Parts: sequence; structure tokens; C-alpha cells
Amino acid sequence: MRFSAILLVIAAALAAIFSPRILDIHYLLDKSTLFTGTGLVALAMTLVIISGNIDLSVGSNVALTGCVAAKLLQAGYPPIAVVLLGLLTGTFLGALNGVMVAGFRLPSFLVTLGTMAAYRGAAQAMVGANSVKVPEGFTGIQRQLLALVPAPVVVFIVMAILTGLLLHRTVFGRWVVSIGTNESASRYAGVPVERTKIVTFALAGLMAGLAALMEISQLEVARFDLAKGMELDAITMAVVGGCAITGGKGTIGGTVSALILVMLMKTAMGVANVKAEYQLTAIGVLLLLAVLVSRLDSHQPAKPGKSPTKAA
Amino acid sequence: MKRRELTAFGFLLVVAIGVALREPRFLTPTSIESVLLWLPLILVAAMGQLCVILTGGIDISVGSILAFAGIGTGMVFRAYPSLPVPIAFLIGLMLGLTLGLVNGSLVAVAKLPPLIVTIGTLATFRGLTFLVSKGDQIDSSMLPDGLTSLAHTGLPVGPITISYLLMIALTVAGATAIFLSLSPAGRAIISWGSNPEAAFLCGVNGGKVHWLVYAISGATAGLAGVMYAAKFGFVNPGTAGQSFELTVIAAVAIGGAKLTGGAGTVLGVGLGCLLLSVINVALSLLGIDANWQILAYGVVILVAIIADRLGHRSSLEAAK
Repeated sequence: MRFSAILLVIAAALAAIFSPRILDIHYLLDKSTLFTGTGLVALAMTLVIISGNIDLSVGSNVALTGCVAAKLLQAGYPPIAVVLLGLLTGTFLGALNGVMVAGFRLPSFLVTLGTMAAYRGAAQAMVGANSVKVPEGFTGIQRQLLALVPAPVVVFIVMAILTGLLLHRTVFGRWVVSIGTNESASRYAGVPVERTKIVTFALAGLMAGLAALMEISQLEVARFDLAKGMELDAITMAVVGGCAITGGKGTIGGTVSALILVMLMKTAMGVANVKAEYQLTAIGVLLLLAVLVSRLDSHQPAKPGKSPTKAA
Repeated sequence: MKRRELTAFGFLLVVAIGVALREPRFLTPTSIESVLLWLPLILVAAMGQLCVILTGGIDISVGSILAFAGIGTGMVFRAYPSLPVPIAFLIGLMLGLTLGLVNGSLVAVAKLPPLIVTIGTLATFRGLTFLVSKGDQIDSSMLPDGLTSLAHTGLPVGPITISYLLMIALTVAGATAIFLSLSPAGRAIISWGSNPEAAFLCGVNGGKVHWLVYAISGATAGLAGVMYAAKFGFVNPGTAGQSFELTVIAAVAIGGAKLTGGAGTVLGVGLGCLLLSVINVALSLLGIDANWQILAYGVVILVAIIADRLGHRSSLEAAK
């Protein structure tokens, strides 16, 4: 949190100096709609990482749910039904991760690596290399303004508040933190470990579903490569925001400030005509820096005999 | 053969026979050669990935290392066209090794989780590739003919040609097998993966083990980069090696290596690579859309880890 706050101030200052346009609040609000999908996924990723797990499949979930929703819209389903079915699809795919992680006691990074390929592959098998056009009635959510704020940003703010309350003010939130701190101690203390994990992954799926609906509404097409690499951005936001990658620590406030940081960085780089590949590198370096800083920052030095690999 | 290898071999037989029954063309020398054309890249990189996975780690960055090494080697040959061809493999190896050491130091010294490190370097190395190449593709005109011909020439065995690339890959696999089963460092890798605390108490230096496996994985991915250039005749900084990590991890998984570390054999992983190559060629022979490929890899990884867990459970119950 401290790290991200410092970086945020530096980034905002640099961005303002090098591309003054970034200070235009309308421009920023306009650009911010592009980041709401990633932001929603990052909120859920925060919970998943605090619980000591990781979800690599979120971007693929967005792609598959987006393609399913676009196909349903093309088939003439009413928008409200598509919204419900889309959220259901996303939640189902997320819960499937949770069931495999909790039910078989498998490491989450392996399960979600598998589903990252499987969900993306299913989207590709379904639509091939084609773009599925999203019908008129469903597009342009970013043009709906609520008191000058674009609707996707409003949705994000509402979800951020809800997730924050869930994590920091409910029993479920305490369970998530306690599983991430010490899973077997939590089990002895009566925490329903398996159920909590499944619900956490299902929430990640729900957010991915919501993100998918907002993305296809803004992009007006769905493709199998939708939201490619979104997991990198979301994990970076959570870690830069102060989540311990080994679990047990993290805040929604931190993730939101890291989201604003990444948004500023990407928008400033976009204004300065930096190529997408270099933007990717910047995010990768940011992630590595953030985990390094949090490692140096942690009060418990890694035990020499302990495998750092088990931490993932 | 042990149970893990037998499973991979069984899968291979079932798929190969199934495809051959549906499409007899599968057994012609041309098809078999195209299976063998796919094999070297996957096999070489899977050897490095196997070493990493044996320690309980993972290397997601191999696709970006492949691209970096392929581009780097191509650029050296663009600048000095008269260099002898074997130097290409040395350059690729060294470039890959360097990037592997970056991963290794982040895991071993900074003690960061391998997954996060290699997700970060996956993005960073890809950007580095763009930075070095300025976004330009390496074309076949920049690569020596001696290199690109390695994919198609070799020793004739009956009607089939075993390409020089495949021979290099098989040599790497053989060396890995000897290294893992006979050398102290190889035993240290396996012991660390099966029980880090016990290995530590037996005097195994965990830091060195991590340095070593990520260096090996980088080096083999670098070799795969040169093979990529030889096989395709071009290297694009954006598309070369995209999603390659999924192929390689799927090959290791289906080869019966335990993805949580401590168990896995070169023979099993070799069979896994062969199976994926067969599937690749079979998909196009059977006229199945290449779009199904990624889905197949994902399912392979999921089935492998779940089957491994269930097998572990039943063996625990049998021991009671």
C-alpha cells in the first residue's frame, strides 16, 4: 500500500510533466473506461491472492464469457437474459477452478494454468478467428453517463466498495485472510476452508463475467483473444497494491490505488506513443519490482531450508 | 518402464492407432516426417522445463526466451553472414542461459515465487526482444542456408529422414537423462523437489539448485529458439514462441512428471512430446480445426494433474 502510494505520486507527477493532457479530467474519465474490466478482475484477484492462491485463467474466462454472450446476443436473446447468462457463465467457470483447487487439493497455479489454456481454447474452438459482432442494443455502455461519470466507472466503484466491505467487514473476509495466513490452523479453528476457496474463485469468475459484458459492450465485437494478458495486469495491480503473494495480506484500497497507477502509466505511455510491447515490459518490470520490494519489506526473512517454490 | 511412463506410452499408442485407423495417410513417410519435424523444439525446451518442474517450480517465460534467442542469433548472422553454422547453437544457448540466470537469481537470491517471477519475465523478455530487434522480423535471407537446411536434411533411416535438428534434440534429451540420474547435481534437483527440508538437511544447497534449473531451462529454450529459426526460416519478435510455455508444460505433464515436483523421467517427457507432435499433425490430417489445439493442451494439463492426485490418493490407501 505504501509502495503503491509512493509510486502513484511519482507516476502522476511524471505523467503530468510529460503529457499535460493527462490532467484533463474528462480525458482521464474517458480513458478510465478502458481499464474498468481489468480493474474488476483485479478486485477479485486481490481476494484470491490474499487466500494464498492465484487465478491465471481470468483473462481466458473473460474471452470465453464474452464470446458466449456475443453469440447469445446474435441469436436474439434479450440483453437482460444475456447479462444474467453471462454472469452465470463467468461464475461457473470460476467455481470450476475452485472445485478443482479445493476438491482435489491441487495447487491453484497449475489448475488455473490448465483452465487458462482450456477456456481460451474453448473460445477459439467456438468462434475461430472470427469477430462476433455485438448487436446495437448492447453496445456503448461507456457512453452512458451518470452525473458526468461513465457507467463502467460507476460499476467499478460500486463493486470496489462491495468487495472492500466483503473483505474487510465480514466474517467471510476474515476467513479469506486466515486461510491465506495459515490454512491448517484455519481448518482447526473451524473455518470452512474448502467452501471459502470455492466461493473466492467463483467471485473471481463473477467479476470476469461482469468484465466480459462491459468489454464486449465497449469493443462492440467479441474475439477469442479478448482480454489476452489480463491476468498479468490484474496480478500486478494486486501485488503493487500490497498483497503478499504468499497470502494473508492485502487491501482493496491498495489494489485500487495500484489500478490508478497502472492506468496513469498506460495512458501516459499511450499519449507518448510507446508501443504496446514496451508497455507490456513496463508492467512486467513493475510486477517484479513490487514483489521484490514486498520481499525486502516483510519482517520474516525466508527460512534458508524452506523452498520458495511452495509459496506459489 | 514405470507407471507414469506406461500411461504416456499407452496414450501415445491409442492416439496413434486411432488416427491411423481413421486416416491411413498417417502412416506414410511424409506424415511421420512432419511429426518428427515438430518434435525437436518441444523436446529440447521440455528437458529444461522438466528440470524446473522436478524442483516444484515452473518456468512460464520459455516462449519469450525462445523469441529472444531466435532473434538474437538471427541478428548476429545478419551482421556476420560468414560465421560457421554450429556457432548459431552456441549463441542461442548463451542468450537463453543469460535470461535463465535472471529468472534463477530472482528465485534463488530474492526468494520470490517462480510463477510470479516468470510471469513478470515473460512480459519483460518479450519487450526486450522488441527493443533489441526494433520490431523487425528475421527473414530466411538473413539466416545461413546451412542452418535452415538442418530441419530437412539428416540421416536416412529406411524411407524416413531423421533430421539433424532431431539428432541434436535427442542428444540433449540423452544428456539430461544421464545428468538427472547419475550426477550429484541431478540427484540434488530431484531430492529438492520431493522434499526440500529433507534435502536441505542432507546438505543440498537450495539456492544453487534453483540457479541451475532456471539456467538449464533458459539455455534449452534458447536452443529451441535457434531450432525455431531453422525450422520456420523466420523469427517474428511478436509471434515467435507465443503460448509455447503451454505446449512445453503440457508435454511435461502428459509425460507423467509430477507437476508439484519430485518425480518425472526424461523417457516419459520424451513420449509426452511425441504425443503432442502426433496430435499436432493428426489434427491437420483429420481436418480438425487448429483452433482446438489450445483447448486440447489445457485439458491435457488438467487431466494430468487430477489423475496424478487421484493416483497418489489410491496409493496412499493401498499402503494402509
